[in-house]
Amino acid sequence: MSFDAKIPDGPLDEKWNHHKFNIKLVNPANKRKYDVIVVGTGLAGASAAASLAELGYNVKSFCFQDSPRRAHSIAAQGGINAAKNYQNDGDSVYRLFYDTIKGGDYRSREANVYRLAEVSANIIDQCVAQGVPFAREYGGLLANRSFGGAQVSRTFYARGQTGQQLLLGAYSALSRQIAAGKVQMFTRTEMLDLVTVDGQARGIITRNLITGEVESHSGHAVILASGGYGNVFFLSTNAMGSNVTAAWRAHRKGAFFANPCFTQIHPTCIPVSGDHQSKLTLMSESLRNDGRVWVPKKANKGLTASEAINVSEEDRDYYLERRYPAFGNLVPRDVASRNAKYVCDEGRGVGPSGLAVFLDFADAIKRDGKETISSKYGNLFDMYKQITGDNPYEVPMMIYPAVHYTMGGLWVDYNLMTNVPGLYALGECNFSDHGANRLGASALMQGLADGYFVIPYTIGDYLAKIPYDKVSTDHEEFKKAEAQIRSNIDKLLHSKGSRTVDDFHRALGKIMWDKCGMSRTAEGLKEAKKEIQVLRKEYWDDVNVVGVNEELNMTLEKALRVGDFFELAELMVDDALNRNESCGGHFREEYQTEEGEAKRDDKNFTYGACWEYSGPDTDEKLHKEDLIFENVKLTQRSYK
Amino acid sequence: MDLTLKIWRQKDSQDRGGFQTHKVSDITPDTSFLEMLDILNDQLEKKNEDPVHFDHDCREGICGACSMYINGRPHGPQQGITTCQLHMRSFKDGDTITIEPWRAQPFPVIKDLIVDRTSFDRIIQAGGYISVGTGGVPDANEIPIPARVSNEAMDAAACIGCGACVAACKNASAMLFVAAKVSHLALLPQGNVEAQERAEKMVEQMDEEGFGSCTNTGACSAECPKGISLEHIARLNREYYFAKQSSDNIPAEDEVHGAG
Amino acid sequence: MSWLSQALSSSLGKKLLMAMTGLFLIVFLIGHLLGNMLLFKDDGGQAFNEYAKFMTTTPAVLVLSILTYISIIAHVIYSIIITIHNRKSRPVQYAVSNASANSVWTSRSMGVLGTLVLIFIVIHLKSFWFEMKFGSVPIVAYDSGSIKNLYLIVVEAFSQSWYVAFYVIAMMVLAFHLSHGFKSAFQTLGLAHIKYTPLIKTIGTAFAIIVPTLFASMPIYMYMKFHGLL
Repeated sequence: MSFDAKIPDGPLDEKWNHHKFNIKLVNPANKRKYDVIVVGTGLAGASAAASLAELGYNVKSFCFQDSPRRAHSIAAQGGINAAKNYQNDGDSVYRLFYDTIKGGDYRSREANVYRLAEVSANIIDQCVAQGVPFAREYGGLLANRSFGGAQVSRTFYARGQTGQQLLLGAYSALSRQIAAGKVQMFTRTEMLDLVTVDGQARGIITRNLITGEVESHSGHAVILASGGYGNVFFLSTNAMGSNVTAAWRAHRKGAFFANPCFTQIHPTCIPVSGDHQSKLTLMSESLRNDGRVWVPKKANKGLTASEAINVSEEDRDYYLERRYPAFGNLVPRDVASRNAKYVCDEGRGVGPSGLAVFLDFADAIKRDGKETISSKYGNLFDMYKQITGDNPYEVPMMIYPAVHYTMGGLWVDYNLMTNVPGLYALGECNFSDHGANRLGASALMQGLADGYFVIPYTIGDYLAKIPYDKVSTDHEEFKKAEAQIRSNIDKLLHSKGSRTVDDFHRALGKIMWDKCGMSRTAEGLKEAKKEIQVLRKEYWDDVNVVGVNEELNMTLEKALRVGDFFELAELMVDDALNRNESCGGHFREEYQTEEGEAKRDDKNFTYGACWEYSGPDTDEKLHKEDLIFENVKLTQRSYK
Repeated sequence: MDLTLKIWRQKDSQDRGGFQTHKVSDITPDTSFLEMLDILNDQLEKKNEDPVHFDHDCREGICGACSMYINGRPHGPQQGITTCQLHMRSFKDGDTITIEPWRAQPFPVIKDLIVDRTSFDRIIQAGGYISVGTGGVPDANEIPIPARVSNEAMDAAACIGCGACVAACKNASAMLFVAAKVSHLALLPQGNVEAQERAEKMVEQMDEEGFGSCTNTGACSAECPKGISLEHIARLNREYYFAKQSSDNIPAEDEVHGAG
Repeated sequence: MSWLSQALSSSLGKKLLMAMTGLFLIVFLIGHLLGNMLLFKDDGGQAFNEYAKFMTTTPAVLVLSILTYISIIAHVIYSIIITIHNRKSRPVQYAVSNASANSVWTSRSMGVLGTLVLIFIVIHLKSFWFEMKFGSVPIVAYDSGSIKNLYLIVVEAFSQSWYVAFYVIAMMVLAFHLSHGFKSAFQTLGLAHIKYTPLIKTIGTAFAIIVPTLFASMPIYMYMKFHGLL
């Protein structure tokens, strides 16, 4: 299979404009002759579905939740970046582009990232017009804050609920198109397979989660906006339902999966409290602005927060301040996360599990007063107390890193089309813009950029070249795919094994977290691969899925998703093993500087690793998309 | 701690349904309410019994999926949180906990504790938006909006669409949900343009879905996980009356719904 | 006028009618109270009887009284319509309900309280209004002329302890009904504001206490006076 990123020629800042002019348009009267399928209703999916419907395409939109408004974009807290330079502090499209490329550790595509920075300003205009109540200054203009160590204030926010407000904006636009009859909405409907006819994406197979009915939907193009795959780790900050199935099924039908090993681990999450833990809760990164991270100098497992206040200053190790005097507690996410792991590996972790570090506000409260701290973090402190029962005004918080975002995803070209013609991937589902590490407040930006301002242009270029004829859902490819799904479901329901789906998922998550998590070694990865293969085999033989297909059956839903996680996990391990360097969210212990920092190998690994599915139980085939940097110079990060 | 759970079980929308009693033991206070149900479901699955179905997704209080009526109150004994944010330290060893689905005619039960809340989506579709398409909008800072107004709009916009307001209301009224959206958009200059039409259409859809009338008991606001205030209901009332007396929307005679 | 009937038949329109009729009846209560305060005048009932005559013979008062009856009837009919609709909105009730955790019982019991008030109104009208209009009320002669001695009827009625007790209890019911109704009417009309809502609530509570208390004090006063306890 060949693939071409289709990066337009010309200077960086003119590429998108030129491209928009050069690509083909679909005549307004003809748009209604095309059906577009959009899977997922998060920021990318809802904005794409609404925008395409506004243009005149017939859109079918799918989500597994009971309402499009509940997609997991809703949980994003911090904010959304945009190169508006409202603060007059030196921001520009180029600076946002540069920060994103550098933050991604030079593993993303220049042209895509530049376009992202370019359209970022339009996103804010669009959202304000929709009624998103962004924070404002007393003069009535929009407020900004600096986020994730950025040197300019370019983050727009709506309290700690920015993702919610942006999603509700996109959801309202989507609702308007549903009312107008241009979008047909399918809720509680999960995509289980992609259908290709003559090599082109022509439809999907879904399962109605209430009736269990397996159905076919045909269209001229298929857009996947189904989010990330962090739940492969079992515990993550993702929603319980977040899964890789839509993307993975597309991968199995030929779409390349790129850089699967690039996973972002967020340093400030509430630690695991026991075996019953079902998900991890993120505490905003902003806490590190005032909180000091520490562990005891001598191992003291089981140390509780209320005992911690009695540990004297000289017995505490403020390890981030000690190791990174310049950045201190504000080092980037991956550095903060890895260091927490190291001190816990040394046995100095605290809390009942020994897998936690303290985040202490005592000094900040002493310095600024309880009121100031409460005005900044009041709702976070309340949330922490609600979950843990500890009061952070009196005792230190306990935090530990958790999987938060996956930079990898389906490979896409400049048009956001995968290598399968007619199949697009948007938002976290694709691999395109964040390289090996995503900057804070950039996920929302990318989702909306893709949906509002990229796909409405680029999809026309494809559709204009294909005929109006619809493929009937009676086509043999649909029937074949439906039969395959039905047999999968039957297999799971008839396995009647001895272990629950969660049991397997938890075991898979443990392998991934221990061996393909924050820090990886070739040896560990090789072990992981073997363990995953064994576990996957056991899964299909020994899983117990109770209930029937013809009813709402959440165990079955999960069983189907976990089945795909197994295959993805193996690919992640392969990718991590292949990438003999450390960069961004991928840290290989063999490749670090003397100071213990990630050490890139630009000579050999400045490429996107694009994996081609080659059948079950066969190693996937690697294709490389060389990344060419014409505008930025590759440098090594340093936070000393 | 050991607990007795009286849970509403219902196979599907056609089934009559009824309570079933389940027991769980050795639950730690740090376990969340939903994790406690996960533990129960694990037990049930190991016995080859159908697990208790309930809506849940983000488990951090923002997606609005979780929806349980626990011991006579939506989202359980604490105010200002969703069910997923409830932890077992709010209960005592030996407690009996009764768990029911939201009860309202426009929220039919799908299975066990899961109800169909698409009526909320239809109300939004009736007018819960500002009619702007993608592109061609003015610069974000073109219209200054006082921080106070923006904050008030945000208070209303914080609604997560969980339906606790309907569940709490003795009349199963959706006024707080509708008011939150009408108020959020009417407060902002961008949304004010079509505020009247919006209020009319959304109220009409709300009535069509079969939600009850507001009698100002305040239960909705007291149980709202996001603490949305009753003032927004007053604003909806205002918006609606002004819309009705001044808009040029005149229905045909046969469209008029009879009283009652 | 299709738009008007549509507006008034919507859930908000029905509530608007409840609020407007309720507020009108609140205004009526003030007038009724002020007039009946004449019972406290120690003149053997002359002022009260003259007032009663004025109230039953002046055309303007007649118009007002018709409005009052319409308000009562509309308030009752619409409350029934709304209640039936609200019942339908929740066909399956909760097995366990802990409503006291999120709302005040009076706000949830307006239907019951209102029904009790209605029963009181019927008995009250039968005792005095009906007697005045159609009953055989003795005539009393004053300098200004001979008029019906309603005062005597009142004295007789309130000389019976059970009747006084009935009135006092009814006024308590009215107080509870008003305690929610007063502020609720303003909320329904959309008259809520961060500055004025607390004031409305305070006035509402004060009204709900003062007006029924004064009304209740009349039968008590009359009873005590009759039995020489004053």
